[in-house]
Amino acid sequence: MPLGLLGKKLGQTQVYDAKGVLTPVTVVLAGPNRVLQCKTDKTDGYNAVQLGFDDQKERRVTKPLLGHLKKFNGPAVKRVKEFRDFSKEVKPGEAVGAGLFAPGDYVDAIGVTKGRGFEGVVGRHAFRGGDATHGAKGWHRRSGAIGQRLFPGTVMRGMRMPGHMGQVKRTVQNLQVVAVREAENVLLIKGAIPGAEGDYVVIREAKKRPKGWRPHAERPENVKKSEGKKK
Amino acid sequence: MNQVLLDKIESEQFRKTPADFSVGDTVRVHTKVVEGDKERIQIFSGVVIGKRGHGLNETFTVRRISYGEGVERVFPIHSPRVEKVEVERHGAVRRAKLTYLRQRLGKAATLVKEKETHAAKTGNSQGA
Repeated sequence: MPLGLLGKKLGQTQVYDAKGVLTPVTVVLAGPNRVLQCKTDKTDGYNAVQLGFDDQKERRVTKPLLGHLKKFNGPAVKRVKEFRDFSKEVKPGEAVGAGLFAPGDYVDAIGVTKGRGFEGVVGRHAFRGGDATHGAKGWHRRSGAIGQRLFPGTVMRGMRMPGHMGQVKRTVQNLQVVAVREAENVLLIKGAIPGAEGDYVVIREAKKRPKGWRPHAERPENVKKSEGKKK
Repeated sequence: MNQVLLDKIESEQFRKTPADFSVGDTVRVHTKVVEGDKERIQIFSGVVIGKRGHGLNETFTVRRISYGEGVERVFPIHSPRVEKVEVERHGAVRRAKLTYLRQRLGKAATLVKEKETHAAKTGNSQGA
């Protein structure tokens, strides 16, 4: 995970891209992220950078966490996350933000999906249910049979049934950064991101980039080619 | 605060000089069309038969009769692909949506009374 940030989902809107196509984007507040502990191979056995996000009153932070934050000259924060093999050189006490990414970069967004509560099979697993009419009576959103006969005589494991839905960690891969607004520390990311508005999300460099992707430095001369390949 | 930021992002993309036309006007819409590598301007002229949405989502519908067939096109008002909207003449209409034009044929479908002459007439009659 070479680059990553902690952020907050602010909402969704639309922007016109260079070609004049209206693109749906999610607006993510992506900073300031305080750099805390920088772990190295020598001292800790692996390389990593800890980032803190969303400043908080000191008395609202647990004492053990506050002690840890103070050690690295960081203010009290709500969230702390460690990113392994951070590809940018940073020092404890610094702040990083949306400027870490550039328009055109591919990122993964990790968030906690909206909780749906106890949901039936139609909502949870997209079962078809029954007919609404044609004489159907009390059999509209049921799942149907869940087993066979005396053999195997039991319901198979993993049978899809009603139950709690949502409020689980989900990753959406390969979303494109449409714009970076450094003044507001905001990223505009194409498409939807898991979670409700105001939820915390992790934005990291994409692990599996799409075909035709080129590193940022090589891009300007290859802009037209790579754009053609994306589609 | 979030909504303020979202509104700001949207409003930055609004047309700098808002196109000044209303429903019933006969307009010429200049649109940018990409053909191969070249870009050229295409003009679609007709009657504005409705507007919908607001903010960045606002669109307007233009209807014209092309080779005897009614053609309608929807344009986003703030799209950068819409170069400009020229007003040929103002129309005096009493509806927000001119869907009744779809039932009309021939001259009746294109003719909407000019606003100015209408105003001039009433002004004269009041003066006299």
